[in-house]
Amino acid sequence: MNDHHCDIALTVNGEPVSERVEARKTLVDFLRDDLALTGTHIGCEHGFCGACTVRVNGEIIRGCLMLAVQCDGAAVETIEGLSDSGEIADLQAAFERRNALQCGFCTPGVLATAQDLLKRGGVPDRATIRAHLSGNYCRCTGYHAIVDAIESVAEARAEGRAKGGSS
Amino acid sequence: MKIAEDNPPVLSALDRPNSYIGRSVSRPNIKRLAQGRGQYVSDVMLPRMAHVAFVRSPHAHARIKKIETDAARKSAGVIAVVTGAGLAKVITPWVGVLTHLKGLKSAPQNAMAIDRACWQGEAVCAVVARTRAEAEDACELVEIDYEPLPAATDMETALDPNTPVIQPSLGDNLCFERKLDAGEVDKAFAESDAIVETTFIFGRHTGVTNEARSIVADWNPGDQRMTVYQGTQAPHMMQNLFAKHLGIAEHQVRVVTKDVGGSFGIKVHCYADEMATVALAKLLKRPVKFVADRIESFVTDIHARDHRIKAKIGVKKDGTITAFEIDDLTGVGPYSMYPRTSGIEANQIVGLVGGAYKCPNYRAQARVVFQNKNVMCQYRAVGHPIATAVTEALVEMAAAKIGIDPLEIRRRNLVPDDGYPCAAPSGLKFERLSHHESLAHLDAMMNYAGLRAEQKKLRAHGIYRGIGFASFIEVTNPSAAFYGVGGAKITSQDGATVKLDAQGSIIVQSGVTEQGQGAESVLAQVVASSFGIAIDRVRVITGDTDNTPYGGGTWASRAAGIGGEAAWQAGKALRANVLAVAASILQAKPDDLDIRSGIVVDKANGTERLPLEELARIAYFRPDTLPDGIQAELIATRHYVPRQWPFAFTNGVQASYLEVDIDTGFVKLLKHWCVEDCGTVINPQLVDEQIRGGIVQGIGGALFEHCRYDERGQLLNGNMADYLVPMAAEMPDIEIGHVVTPTADSELGAKGAGEAGTAGAPGCVMNAINDALRPLGAKPLTDMPFTPDKILRALGKV
Repeated sequence: MNDHHCDIALTVNGEPVSERVEARKTLVDFLRDDLALTGTHIGCEHGFCGACTVRVNGEIIRGCLMLAVQCDGAAVETIEGLSDSGEIADLQAAFERRNALQCGFCTPGVLATAQDLLKRGGVPDRATIRAHLSGNYCRCTGYHAIVDAIESVAEARAEGRAKGGSS
Repeated sequence: MKIAEDNPPVLSALDRPNSYIGRSVSRPNIKRLAQGRGQYVSDVMLPRMAHVAFVRSPHAHARIKKIETDAARKSAGVIAVVTGAGLAKVITPWVGVLTHLKGLKSAPQNAMAIDRACWQGEAVCAVVARTRAEAEDACELVEIDYEPLPAATDMETALDPNTPVIQPSLGDNLCFERKLDAGEVDKAFAESDAIVETTFIFGRHTGVTNEARSIVADWNPGDQRMTVYQGTQAPHMMQNLFAKHLGIAEHQVRVVTKDVGGSFGIKVHCYADEMATVALAKLLKRPVKFVADRIESFVTDIHARDHRIKAKIGVKKDGTITAFEIDDLTGVGPYSMYPRTSGIEANQIVGLVGGAYKCPNYRAQARVVFQNKNVMCQYRAVGHPIATAVTEALVEMAAAKIGIDPLEIRRRNLVPDDGYPCAAPSGLKFERLSHHESLAHLDAMMNYAGLRAEQKKLRAHGIYRGIGFASFIEVTNPSAAFYGVGGAKITSQDGATVKLDAQGSIIVQSGVTEQGQGAESVLAQVVASSFGIAIDRVRVITGDTDNTPYGGGTWASRAAGIGGEAAWQAGKALRANVLAVAASILQAKPDDLDIRSGIVVDKANGTERLPLEELARIAYFRPDTLPDGIQAELIATRHYVPRQWPFAFTNGVQASYLEVDIDTGFVKLLKHWCVEDCGTVINPQLVDEQIRGGIVQGIGGALFEHCRYDERGQLLNGNMADYLVPMAAEMPDIEIGHVVTPTADSELGAKGAGEAGTAGAPGCVMNAINDALRPLGAKPLTDMPFTPDKILRALGKV
């Protein structure tokens, strides 16, 4: 299989990318090794830990369970894009304030997952936040601070919406 | 959002103007990590960098008859294929012993197996290629002819005469043994009104760091230097080991540790495959990268906590505990891990059981045996989760047997808060602990009486909730007594260099390391406070043996207590240096001046005299204007090591409230509390989050985590789908409280907070489960992890 290559064209964080990739290469390896987008991490490589969570066409997916060739024509967003666009700036600020990350290795995936929940609107209760995070492994925090941070952003965004501001 | 309590205790010695001690300031490195801009070793890419993958033994024990590498060498992208024998020409073997653990023995271990593989997962052959994928492709083409040998996997039979001896040169499978007999144990048991005797089993588990072990080794033959980028907790320790086993000088080795994706004690050891990677870089004269994949992590990251303990407690009707006795057996794999050894965990357990209580009668035996399984060694809270679980389960079982409340039996037996200093029957010395104050705080914080009432009411409706406790003690701030006296080059002292830059800001270089706990924040806080500057003008550098004072790194909850004190003293020393210069400029006496918020002021009234920017400008660019004989020394280094006490001890108490579904055996954790006394709290938020994270790691061992081996020594669940770890949905909210008893050994008074959560949680959860099931007549559960299956068995339902 290792002589089997495909040409793909996609956007990554809004930038057009055209590359020749091995058919067997996972999306996360493509992002990290070919594009040097090292903010997306590899934890288990079998779809459990969520460290490689990225957004493809608006949906969060596991970068280790999707092949790069499957992303031909897709819009891929990583932590680098989410950070630079400011989309999750309030979430990142809440994580910083609440010390909702320690080693930070799971954090890009956790933030993408949290934003996926928060985009749905409303103020989810703690159990809902915990359930939504159930595919993101964090060994450091014990999750409590992460739940606090997400809850606080949900409340702040809801308040912002109530006041007619943008979320 | 809950913000951590921000009320600094009264700290006269530390009560500097604009002090950051006791404040929840944000970590300096947190923004970068939250933006995905961390620099983990797995992210490192260097010019000409090659990747190594290892062919690992599929057998727990096998003779290696032949390794056929021709096909692999011809595979696309392959740079080299190296066997254990080939690598042994570059790197020498090691033996994991410490002289103060008398009798501890182990056999020489090589970077890769040479004639014989001794556990499933031991590296046998290395393939280096342009990419990891190409290296793995070629690994499949390496043909190894193994002769499987009988595997000794059961610790219970390890010492039987008919069990094969794993390391023939050692004579038997006994790695280490310790016996202790204090007080009058037999007499005490004879005089007891009730005795509880049971056997505890702790499932082997492991750290599961989110970032696997990673290393990039770069040998530069031009300057004869080895630069190693490594996710380690102890860069100077690794510098020594790389140099020693490659046969070069320590100054030829630089270890660089940037961001580390979780460590927890997993990354404080010398791993054979990392030594192999360094040797390969030397052999191939180019950078070589190794990142363990998840399956490799499960079979080679150290395991821990695999213990079987027969235990006994005696108690009188009035609740007085009369004696403790334990017989501990643990299997540690085929080698004692290097350089910290695999004897420490059992040694700690012997030392710690019963240590919170007044009872003087204590007998213990611990035997550490070899097995053909992955190696075991020190993992977060080393031995404490086991010692605490055994002690606290015995205490609650004794309380139940004589019919007194579990908090009451503790009140009657815990060493009184004014009973210090004192020593445990095992000889461990305690400076000052606060068990009773902690317990009282916990009682109020959790509304114990209210919960008991709720529990009773719900039982009437067939809902079985349990409340469990665990008082604990925790070793922190180790002196040379831990490793140095045993001959290991693992320093217990640590240093900090503090310098004023040319714009009047501060650079701190420290020998401790950061893996997310917040060590860099603590260093910035103490230096900002002792020197007298705003924290955003303090930059901290750690994790580089070329650029930090010699230090031990971060383990045993030592970063704040030892590294923090060194930084505190260095900040004070630099303040004195700066004030000497300021005094000469201002024609004042140094003693009449102070530095506050980055400005030299009159100490008496705070009048601003000279900004540090101006002082730095004069000192660095116009030293000609200073009086004759005044040379500005705008850098200061201080070191610190605890001298009065071999270890600082922290203490605390935890409580768990949970519900057991008696039809499915599932445990739902409702709430968890911890009151902890880690001495001076430098950053309340960081302390709380260390404790929360530690508790959840302890809960993992109690409910989920287990490296399951079959009798052939095959790990059956070496992946994250089958090896369960705590996830967000199953974890409770955790409430933290503090009691503050600073250590007098240092000016800062900080002990350590990194491991207390893990120490107490498993025992606490065990007690809560047994409390829930007690009215149903279930046999107490003592075999961790407490899976639904075991709970249903205890209930007689399966």
